[in-house]
Formats: sequence, C-alpha cells, structure tokens
Amino acid sequence: MPFDLDFEKPLADLEKRIQTLQKRGDRMKPDERAHVSDLERELERRTREIYGSLTPWQRVLVARHRNRPYSADYVKLICDDFFELRGDRRFGDDRAILGGLASIDGRTVMLIGHQKGRDTKERQEANFGMPHPEGYRKAERLMRQAERFHLPIVSLIDTPGASLTLEDEERGISQAIAENLLVMSRLRTPILAIVIGEGGSGGALGISVADRILMFENAIYTVATPEAAASIMWRDAAFASEAAAAMKITANDLLSLRLIEGIIPEPFGGAHRDHRAAAAAVKDAIVANLDELGKVPTETLIERRYQRFRAIGAFQHEAVGAISG
Amino acid sequence: MIGGSRVKDESQPALTVDSQNGAHTGTIPRALPDNLAVKCPNCKELLISKDWEKNQRVCQRCGHHFRLSAPERIELLLDPDSFQEMAGDLQPTDPLGFVSRSQSYRSKLQSESANSGLTEGVVIGRGMIEDLPLMIAIMDFRFIGGSMGSVVGEKLTRAIEQAATDHIPLLIISSSGGARMQEGLTALMQMAKTSAALAKLNEAGVPYISLMTDPTTGGVAASFASLGDVILAEPGARICFTGPRVIEQFMHMKLPKDTGSSEFCLQHGMIDGIVHRRVLRATLARLLRLYAGKARVTD
Repeated sequence: MPFDLDFEKPLADLEKRIQTLQKRGDRMKPDERAHVSDLERELERRTREIYGSLTPWQRVLVARHRNRPYSADYVKLICDDFFELRGDRRFGDDRAILGGLASIDGRTVMLIGHQKGRDTKERQEANFGMPHPEGYRKAERLMRQAERFHLPIVSLIDTPGASLTLEDEERGISQAIAENLLVMSRLRTPILAIVIGEGGSGGALGISVADRILMFENAIYTVATPEAAASIMWRDAAFASEAAAAMKITANDLLSLRLIEGIIPEPFGGAHRDHRAAAAAVKDAIVANLDELGKVPTETLIERRYQRFRAIGAFQHEAVGAISG
Repeated sequence: MIGGSRVKDESQPALTVDSQNGAHTGTIPRALPDNLAVKCPNCKELLISKDWEKNQRVCQRCGHHFRLSAPERIELLLDPDSFQEMAGDLQPTDPLGFVSRSQSYRSKLQSESANSGLTEGVVIGRGMIEDLPLMIAIMDFRFIGGSMGSVVGEKLTRAIEQAATDHIPLLIISSSGGARMQEGLTALMQMAKTSAALAKLNEAGVPYISLMTDPTTGGVAASFASLGDVILAEPGARICFTGPRVIEQFMHMKLPKDTGSSEFCLQHGMIDGIVHRRVLRATLARLLRLYAGKARVTD
C-alpha cells in the first residue's frame, strides 16, 4: 500500500527509491543491494518516527484513511460466523450501520458498527458512514434483542456524524439518537464500544453508551468534526487542524481525561497498513474485555454504567466572577 | 435608559456560537434609539417596547415569539415567589485547557459571564404552577448560545434526579445550539449523562414535559429535549438536529421555508403540540393536573 497522506511524503519518497532499485531484480549490483537494505531500514525508522509523533490533525487523516479497515472488514477477519440482521421494521435498512449475530472466539455477541463503504458504490449506499434514523432504530432493535438473549453487545464506532439531509430531519434523527442514549444506559447486558476510526459527534454517541469505551491508537472521538467545530467557533472550517488540537480528540488525550477506558495499539504505520494485525488486536480486546464484563453481576453493571457517565464533567462551586484567567 | 434595559439585552448578540451546526439565528432584533421600539425580525414591524413587553415579547402583528431569558421564563410561568433555585453556585471550569487561535475558553467564560450576567446556560430549581409543584430547568440562550457543557449537563442531571427522588414532575425548557465545542468530548457526554438520568426518571414513573423554544438544535435536540413524555414547542422555533443552512450546503438544494421549525416537527410527528406563549402557563398546569389525575371537570 503506498504512503499517500501529505505528512507521509518523506516515506513515499523512500519507498519510491527502494522500488526503483528493486525493479532491477537480479541485475542489482551488490552495493545496490546494500543500499536497498539501508533504505528499508531508513523507511522503517522514519515510519516509526513519524507515526510515533502524529499531530492531532494527522491522526484525523489516519483515522479517515481510505484504506483503513471498516466494520465489515473486522466482521470478516474476526468472526467465525456472522448473520446480518437488517432493517428497523419501520421504514428501511440503513447501510451506514451494520449489525448482526456474531460468533467470536466461541461466544455469540450482538455486533453493531458504523460502515463507511470501500468503493464508490458502497460509499454511496452507506452514505459515507453517516447513519439515517433507521440505522439507530435498527441498532436499538438489535440491542434490545441482545438484552433478551443475554448476549453482550460490541459496538464498532466509525462515523463522521449522523446524516444531514432533509429526510433525516423528517424521520426524526434527533429522536432516534436520543432514544438510543436512554435505552443503552439501562440495557441489562454488557456493552463494549471500540472507536476504530472516526468517532464523530452524536452520530457516534448514538451507539456508544457503553460499559467500556476503547479507542484504537490513531482513532479520534470528538464532539463535532474538526471542520464543523471550526466553523461553529470561528466561522471558518479552514481552521480544522487548530480545532482538532484544541478539542483533545486523540486516544491519548481522552484516556488522560478519563473519558475512555483503554487504547488498542495499532500495527506498524497504522491500521490501514495491516488489516489482519489490526483485526487481531481488536479481537484480543473484545475477548479480554467481554470476559471481564461477563463476570460483573447485572445490577452492578447497570449501576456502574450509570455512574460512568454521571461522573463526567468538570465544574466548581464558587462565587460569581471567581474564574481566574 | 428609560425602561429599555431589556430591549438592550435583545440587541446585544454577545454570542460566538449563535447556534450549533451553523444554524441561522434570526431573532436578535436591533434596538432603536432610546429603546422605545423593537423591530420584529420576522415581519419587520416596529413594535412599541411597552406593548411588546406586555405581550410577553410576542410580535402583535405576526406572532413571532422573541427569545426569553431564564428569569423572564420563571416570571412568566411560575406562581409568584414559588421558585427556589438549586445548584446556583456551580461554575464552569476549563476541562481541556482550551486555548486556540489566541482565544482561551477561560477568558471567553469571563466575558460571557460579564456580558450576560449569568454564570452558565441553565437555571434549575423547584417551583409551582397553579399550586402544583414541579422541578424546572430553563436554558438561557444568552450564555454561549445556551450550549451544553459540564455545568449545564450537571445541573440538568441534578434536576432530573431530584424530580425522581421527590416524585414531582419535571419541566425542561430548552434553548440551545447543542454541545459546547470548548469542552470537547466532555460536552458530548452530557447528552448520555442527561439521557441516562431520564431513563431512571422513567422507571420512577415521574412525568417529564419538554418544552422546546428557539432554538433547540444539535446535541440538545438529540438528547434530553427529545425524550419528554410530552414534547411541546413555541411557535416558529428552530428545532432540528442540523440547521437548514448546513443541510442546504450538504444537499446542494434549497429547502422549504419551514424546514426544521416547530411546525415541521409537529407535521412529522416529533412533538405533541405548539403552544402560544399566551396560554403556555395554563397548558402546563393542565398537563400537570392530568398526569396527577387531578384534572378539573369544568373550568
């Protein structure tokens, strides 16, 4: 896979030089061979260096990378069996949210995830991973079913946000998201959410009111896309990278703010470079966390989930005007 | 300034977030010299301030409902002197250490507080309507567009929990552009926090009336405001997840004029009714009596 993000330019250059030399194949001279291995070492070193110190905005680009594994890829790579459950039984079947019965490491779980779509046709069908109200209502149907059959819920988060069309307003996108927040907070079964790419706004939250929220190393989770936040705060989406930095949207930042429970390390150079390794890491995290959550008595689970969200917020008790600058 | 301080308030759009998702705000009128009159942003009629105040800030000509502050709502709706504020001392902090483009959230909080005279975007407390007790939470658009950060989420949650504990009905009056950007994910999570508290209120069997006023959009529309047992709206309020301007950009099309309004929401089955400010107090009283099983047979 080529390095194609702007900040990967030095890596792309190195790779190109390596490939040019390798094209010579058997005709390569010994000193050229040595040069290739030097360049390969240099490429690895620079990749580690660049990926070891990504800025928040660079992480946004990685989280949105067109080759990043999506929910459907994880389903293929993680599940021994997967039976898709489709439709909200009210209006339609939203392709931006995928859900179904999944067998993972010998247990059945209800797997739900945003789906962005790989090629143009898929992307259009999935509305670029921006769910309609039907997606949230399908998710609600599946989650209530999971509760009934004591199946844990695994939710994979990867959306720029909920859909923004007239039809979404007409069919109650606000209500659909709000309902899920309420329902998920009381579901009597463990819920694990993993942000695999973009955690965008209410569209992400609508399927992530979970007992534990994990994030991939290069995933982001934000109150609004950096572009939207910049246009709200400064009326100019061009300041997206500034908004990305100021809003603390990376996994590291959110872990230190105690808004998430853990970080899943990504394969060398990002999840998009090795889908199999990425899937193995996600699977390990699912198995380990469901094992732990499965041991918690239901009443305790529900109360802890309530307190998990109840405790979020920063405020002080002080007289008016006591905020220091 | 003769009787004009309120008008002046209306004329000061001390807002950088006029509404989330770029939703357009059309209801901040320009004050005229001497503040004797206000111009209706809807029909452009010049309204004499005194009459306009008497008419509960509703345009006499076209019925446009101007925004009200939290104290004005309390005066309009609750029995005199029945309001007891709770958690009034909660102050915002700066959970992210938000500094960007030579602007800090801390300094913004200070200037917003100074400009609006408010400490945050919501007031909560106990009160009575026609001698019926209720918990009430009123959002105030003047403070950073009524946006929901930690303090707004915390105060709303306390109001909801108190209603469950005391077993008295809850009224939340929304006026907000959505989650507050400067508190990042902490702000988004207030949607989950308030909705979780409402789930418990449901289990306690306590009724919740949601009144949506202009504007109720973004993360507030997509959480507690849409979870009422009864959802009412004031006429002509902007109520939507995404503002019409953003939808138009996204869809590359012109939208019908009423998109994302109270009337649009009623037509699409999202709310129970649109209530004119003139009869709002009486309507709330009726509902409180009906839920309490004490509706009067004749009145």
